[in-house]
Amino acid sequence: MMSRRQSIWISHLVQRYQFGLLLCLFVTLAGCSEHHLSFLDPQGPIAAAQRGHYWFVVALSMVVVLPVIVLTPWLVWRYRYGGTAIYRPHWTFSKKMEWLIWGMPVLIVAVLSYVLWTATHALDPYQPLSSDKEPLRVQVVGYDWKWLFIYPEQGIAIAGKLMFPADRPLALELTSNTVMQSFFIPALGSQIYAMNNMVTKLHLAAGAPGTFRGQNAQYNGKHFHEQRFTAEALEPYAFSDFVEAARKTGVPMTRQRYEIFADPSTLSEAERIIDNGTNDGLISFSQVPEGLFEAIVDGPLLARALLPSGPVAMTPRNVSAVPKAPAGASIVPFKKEAAQ
Amino acid sequence: MSYFLDMLLGRLDWDALPFWKMLQEPTTFNIINGTIVTGAASMVVLGGLALVALITWFGKWRVLWSDWLTSVDHKKIGIMFIVVAFVMLARAIIEAVFMRAQQSVGLGGGFLSAEHFGEFFSTHGTIMIFFMAMPFLTGVINYIMPLQIGARDLSFPVMNSISLALTAAGAVLVMVSLVLTPFSTGGWSGYPPFTESPYSPGAGVDYWIWAVTLSTLSSTMTGINFAVTIYKKRAPGMHLMRMPLFCWTALTTAILMIFGMPPLTVATALLALDRYLDFHFFTTDLGGNMMNYVNLFWAFGHPEVYILILPAFGVFSEIFSTFSGKRIYGYKTLVIATISIAALSFTVWLHHFFTMGQDASINAVFGIATMLIGIPTGVKIYDWMLTMYRGRVRLTIPMVYAIGFIMLFVIGGLTGIILANPSIDYQVHNTLFLVAHFHNMLVPGMLFGMLAGYNYWFPKAFGYRLNERWGYRAAYSWIIGFILAFFPLYALGLLGMPRRTVAFLEPAYLPWTIVAGIGALVVLFALFSLIMQLGVSIRRRVTYAVPIGDPWDGFSLEWSTSSPPPEYNFPVIPQIASRDPFRSEKDSGQAYQRPEEYGNIEMPANSALGPVLAVVSFLMTFGLVWYMWWLVIGSGLMGLAALVGRSFVRRTTRIISADEVRRTHESWLDQVARAKAITRADERDTTNQGLAASPVEGAVQ
Ligand code: HEM
Ligand SMILES: [Cu+2]
Repeated sequence: MMSRRQSIWISHLVQRYQFGLLLCLFVTLAGCSEHHLSFLDPQGPIAAAQRGHYWFVVALSMVVVLPVIVLTPWLVWRYRYGGTAIYRPHWTFSKKMEWLIWGMPVLIVAVLSYVLWTATHALDPYQPLSSDKEPLRVQVVGYDWKWLFIYPEQGIAIAGKLMFPADRPLALELTSNTVMQSFFIPALGSQIYAMNNMVTKLHLAAGAPGTFRGQNAQYNGKHFHEQRFTAEALEPYAFSDFVEAARKTGVPMTRQRYEIFADPSTLSEAERIIDNGTNDGLISFSQVPEGLFEAIVDGPLLARALLPSGPVAMTPRNVSAVPKAPAGASIVPFKKEAAQ
Repeated sequence: MSYFLDMLLGRLDWDALPFWKMLQEPTTFNIINGTIVTGAASMVVLGGLALVALITWFGKWRVLWSDWLTSVDHKKIGIMFIVVAFVMLARAIIEAVFMRAQQSVGLGGGFLSAEHFGEFFSTHGTIMIFFMAMPFLTGVINYIMPLQIGARDLSFPVMNSISLALTAAGAVLVMVSLVLTPFSTGGWSGYPPFTESPYSPGAGVDYWIWAVTLSTLSSTMTGINFAVTIYKKRAPGMHLMRMPLFCWTALTTAILMIFGMPPLTVATALLALDRYLDFHFFTTDLGGNMMNYVNLFWAFGHPEVYILILPAFGVFSEIFSTFSGKRIYGYKTLVIATISIAALSFTVWLHHFFTMGQDASINAVFGIATMLIGIPTGVKIYDWMLTMYRGRVRLTIPMVYAIGFIMLFVIGGLTGIILANPSIDYQVHNTLFLVAHFHNMLVPGMLFGMLAGYNYWFPKAFGYRLNERWGYRAAYSWIIGFILAFFPLYALGLLGMPRRTVAFLEPAYLPWTIVAGIGALVVLFALFSLIMQLGVSIRRRVTYAVPIGDPWDGFSLEWSTSSPPPEYNFPVIPQIASRDPFRSEKDSGQAYQRPEEYGNIEMPANSALGPVLAVVSFLMTFGLVWYMWWLVIGSGLMGLAALVGRSFVRRTTRIISADEVRRTHESWLDQVARAKAITRADERDTTNQGLAASPVEGAVQ
């Protein structure tokens, strides 16, 4: 007899055939993080299509790969020295074989090329996703070693998390304030480079509410591995709540705060100085002026000019929560290094 | 006084010493890291001192100078290239083991600092490509190609010695960076703007720039030398379509070097202008654009991967045919496939940056071009299998590498096809999947090829076979170690783990990184076995001797000479009448003939230009790294003087008299007459003196 739990497991198994299952199993065994890590466990249409394409290429290529892996040991055994199989030391060519060994790869590459062409166009990161809802515009800026997500239509910016409503696609524009970086949320879809003075684009969508690990995939120095964030697809109402809260309680974006944020430091270092010290891995900025992203693309001086001068110190509501020690102390060494 | 010191030392300071930071801030973490790098630095210093002491003790300075360093003999230069490759291989593997060890405990921390991890992957990659793989294949081609085409030397022997000098100087520069730190953390690709001075101040990137510059200059000259030699110095009757496949791959590699290396020389030169003279080619401000660097780098980088792999293909072609006791299947097909791979390799460089934001159609075109390369490569693999088909396969050490190669290489090919799809590359680019893929091409492909060639041709070069027991241990542990170390990285890449990550927070990664760490230890054992193999073989060199020179019943010309061959290779330049000339001679009983007459042989004379330029280029680049301008100018003048001086040298050749040639050759022929021919069953036995029984006597069956 099968227990109920087991049968649930098995139906699960049938649904999530393929590697995806093994993967989830593994993640669970290994103490599971609630964040989805991989496109083999896709959480949106792009990643799902990529997974399909991936397995298709693997399967088709097997036609060429498997014979080699299977036949090589057989050949070594069958035609071993001291064996009794036929020996034809002067046999060096066969037209039939030639047709086969050129023909098979040519055919497979032809099919794969066709699929490649269509998939590349279908999954072009610049291509807006079809949806009955207007996409949410977010502008992404890479710093050393953190990301800033500007919501131009909402007048807010956040770092550490990328929040968006699950029912609307994401339309991202990206740049870097520093060296080249690569913006990547594997469970949702493609990665794309963010480069200084330039804007790249990326379109993503989530299938349902959830949290997904996001990161920089292009090495940019010693805190590279800490340049991570969580992408969260929220229920529509939760997203409006979030925007409201950020507008109200976020720290106003001033020139001074921006400069501290833009300095080389990790997110938590920046958070300690700028934010309210809640240490929740999230900095929210309110009063983000229009055109900030465009100014950053055009040059760091323009971005500064755009921002109003104001204190770095905390807004009154959270003064009490400020941790004592770190403030200046942690940022100074970074400045010194950068100026070396 | 201090002004004088500043002049003298440039920007070299106390904190360049690897233990400085640990003394200044003695935290546990710093002490661990300081000890590791100081240990490495002392190994370099002590190793250097021990070498000097040994040479002095045995009184070998004169021999070293006149028989080796100033020699322009392609065979000796080839051997010296391979020595450089082995030393650097050892260092790069140890670094790899450190990286793997770090990631096996890297869940949320580890023992290596992020800076040291950055230096490790940068030096590991740079060394493996420029100071292990390039010298290795250059050395093997140097040694074998002239023998296979029936030539006495390369076309430009002194230039050959200069190529070695530049590579050696670059390798020494990378070694010195262990003692006077730091090295770059910008990876082997050195992408700006990260490698520009605002983001990477200090000497690290400059070490990288000059080491790579020396290497690319060296390889460009090597390419010219090889190509001209193959075009001009083939023995009469050795048509292009009669050349052994190894020579074909040498030719295509040479052409790729000529066109592929300069883009990188230019790219590093422009980066140097940015860093030294405030130009703005690739900076983030004043109109710099790093995309130009990325294009230049990969205009070099993709042809480079075929420079690395094609010679290995050539080695495997020789090995499959020799150890299957059978002519190679589909010679013409293999030639065509080699040439198409070389040509296509210039049309695909964009696949290294599908994610830079270009148009989908452009990505798709380059993706399809990339997949096209899979066709001739697949054909080659099937050709090798068909060479074994109806042959008599002997599982010698080179053959173990070869079998490991084809079975693993197809998996690398499969993941290459996967990566060629832009829409999938968007997911696995910059992850460990990519790292696994290129190691899957480079380790079973390039490295196994070179190690197989080393086992195969060592008896030719030194006159005795390599020890089998340690040889098999090395080969099998390379294969197993590779599988354990790199297959988990495919899984990690699919799980979204970026490359170049010192630590991570996902527990799901841990089991895989631990397995990969174990694999790295097996690889370390493989390295140890290689060292043991060489040591044991040297000790038993008399027992393993194969002076007659044909221990494997070979097909091509190099096996027709004594082992080691005389300086002039052939007493009389052979007349070639067929594709596998030595095989045909043996089949028709025409091998080991006494020439009717001997003539004087003119060989290039030794030259000190190579070693002088090695010193000059090392000093100059070292001065550039540390801003010691007096050293740069001084060594520059020295180099100029050496070049001008060389043009006054009148005696650039040396005559070896016909008498001497006769004496040497006939005493060898006497040895041949006395030697006992063996069948393939005794190939690995000490009765193997390098004389093969003819097929009539059942040599192969
Ligand atoms: C034999 C065992 C080897 C091991 C265990 C090994 C290990 C590694 C590791 C751990 C990395 C860093 C991966 C990362 O980015 O996280 C790496 C990078 C690299 N390796 Fe190897 N490797 C080996 C052999 C080779 C060989 C034979 C070559 C070339 C001929 C090579 C070329 C490279 C290159 C080019 C990189 C990239 C460096 C960069 O990120 O800039 N490796 N290897
Ligand atoms: Cu490539």
